[in-house]
Amino acid sequence: MNIHEYQGKILFKQAGVKVQDGIHCKTVSDALDAYDKLGTKVVAVKSQIHAGGRGKGTLYDQETDDLVMEGGVKIAFSREEVEKYAENIIGRRLVTKQTGSDGKIVNNLYVEAGCSIAHEYYLALLVDREEKSILIMASTEGGMDIEEVAENTPEAIHKIWTHPIDGLNEKDAVEMAEKLDLEGKSKQELVSMLKSLSRLFVEKDCSMIEINPLVRSDSGEMIALDAKVSFDDNASFRHPWMEEMRDHSEEEEVETRAHDHGLSYVKLDGNIGCLVNGAGLAMASMDVIKLYGGEPANFLDIGGGATRESITTAFGIILEDDNVEGILVNIFGGIIQCDMVARSVIEASNDLGLKVPLVVRFSGTNHVEGKEVLDNCDLDVHTASTLAEGAEKIVYLTRSVE
Amino acid sequence: MSIWIHEDSKVLIQGITGKQGTFHGTKMDEYNTNVVGGVTPGKGGQFVELPNKKVPVFNTVSEALEVTEADVSLIYVPARFAAAAIIEAADAFQEKGEGLIVCITEGIPILDMVKAVARVNQYSRVRLIGPNCPGIITPGDNGGTKAGIMPGFIHAKGRIGIVSKSGTLTYEAVAQTMSVGEGQSTCVGIGGDPINGTGFIDCLDAFEKDPQTVAVVMIGEIGGSAEEEAAEWASKNMTKPIVGFVAGSTAPPGKRMGHAGAIISGGKGTAAEKFKAFEEAGIYVARDPSEIGNVLVKALKDSGLR
Repeated sequence: MNIHEYQGKILFKQAGVKVQDGIHCKTVSDALDAYDKLGTKVVAVKSQIHAGGRGKGTLYDQETDDLVMEGGVKIAFSREEVEKYAENIIGRRLVTKQTGSDGKIVNNLYVEAGCSIAHEYYLALLVDREEKSILIMASTEGGMDIEEVAENTPEAIHKIWTHPIDGLNEKDAVEMAEKLDLEGKSKQELVSMLKSLSRLFVEKDCSMIEINPLVRSDSGEMIALDAKVSFDDNASFRHPWMEEMRDHSEEEEVETRAHDHGLSYVKLDGNIGCLVNGAGLAMASMDVIKLYGGEPANFLDIGGGATRESITTAFGIILEDDNVEGILVNIFGGIIQCDMVARSVIEASNDLGLKVPLVVRFSGTNHVEGKEVLDNCDLDVHTASTLAEGAEKIVYLTRSVE
Repeated sequence: MSIWIHEDSKVLIQGITGKQGTFHGTKMDEYNTNVVGGVTPGKGGQFVELPNKKVPVFNTVSEALEVTEADVSLIYVPARFAAAAIIEAADAFQEKGEGLIVCITEGIPILDMVKAVARVNQYSRVRLIGPNCPGIITPGDNGGTKAGIMPGFIHAKGRIGIVSKSGTLTYEAVAQTMSVGEGQSTCVGIGGDPINGTGFIDCLDAFEKDPQTVAVVMIGEIGGSAEEEAAEWASKNMTKPIVGFVAGSTAPPGKRMGHAGAIISGGKGTAAEKFKAFEEAGIYVARDPSEIGNVLVKALKDSGLR
């Protein structure tokens, strides 16, 4: 789960990580009030969406698609500029490198006191799969796209790891500060910031914290000018506050609905819907559809505990997508029984008035019984014995529809 | 032989009195797996009725090991308690000398796994498989040892080792070996979580050393770089042929595909990169899981095994 920068900064502040004063706004008048309240001449007016690259993004009008403003993060030197920027940001569509071409509607704004910048750094904490511990990554090349830095000047990225049980070792933190050429007060502040952030990471079950840029001010203070924080959904049971931070407008409604039914669904751009048990097999089904010349419309794993109800919901979700011109059901029965799936598929097809071709491939537990159920029903359903055969059939059938 | 579990392995089930634990304990017993007991804190002294026998329940893994001398502990404990269950089993096996932990549970917080895996790794003779995996199975002459949730009946004893990040895709690989008349030595599901115990390389190494295994099927998926590392390791250390498939060629970047670890982030962890690493390492690649059988036949023929 991702949160907004303004929410991340609340957590930073609580954890003892230095941030500038700032106020979360929903409207232009909120933004003007915030400017008055902050009392600094220079402020940053920042779009709040769950995607990076906001500064270099472009804002478009939702209705006309006209370009409104370049840059989703603006420095305002007056009240008038705050007003202008807020008007250009709130309710607009912000397209960044990370949002895709559809962009995201900006519903939240953050007005933050300006800051003198002597140098910009990059800092991130994340779970390192290979080292099986928390990786702290920093670079003197702040404000830049870290993937570009990693590509062009990998030696500019410094890494330390926290101990999986004992946490961050002070010596490593000092070493990191030295690698970033920090001295005196700045060095001390970075060490303390790294300690605070690693504690925050563990206490709140984060999956990533990214600060780009982290800045050294003219007076040598180390300040987090950005805060990109995401949490491990698996740990939400011990953090009831997470739900309050969730911005539903930033999440795909249909994916959330699927999740609530024990389904794992991701919408794609193709025309062949897939319903599969198991994440790996679901991906493989998409891949094989593509291999036979089709385009998958979705990823959908019904999971090992699927029931008639969840399968009906899954069918409904697939058919909500207007691009879907055919469905491939691919089940390798383990715990799940193919005949139960067969009956559920028939029921769902009847309930939803299925009008597109349907191919079902069963293997594993009760696959013979499952095929029998399908063979004896009134539904126009094609069966296949292997994934390749199923994919080939559904691709052929959707072609003939056109 | 086979790897890590054998036809006579004694299996303990942590969470045996839960719905999942009892259900799968029953299936394991039906497959002639030697289930010797279970652990549920607070339910020590009770018994669980399986089709072929009645097995005792203990309060702790330590007590259970003392009485049953189990070699394997299989965990069906809910996600929020699973890491503690792994640590308990690891400590108990360490005290006893050695053991295998298999954790089926899905949805364990990642930082819990960081701690649990660190603990297991302190003990050189304790191994963890999973979490978020189907488990491990060694088919025998009559049933076999099944420490997991896979359907036993699709397997047969044979000479192909299988290792996979995915559950049902492992079954697919099993069915593919069967379709060309080959059985399996051992099948290991290492799971789709970003932090897990046993990895591809551990499995390849064990299969390389196992006299029963003559070839390996390796199934990866998008996310991380375990497949690339395994491919590089295999090119230097494996004499037995490997057939490889990677799921997720059509997965969009930045989207988690069901498994917690199955995500292309920052342009890294794509199926294309992994397939390329496989090919460079001399692994026989199947682009379609329905082709694994045919590719395996080619690999066996090239090695003079068919």
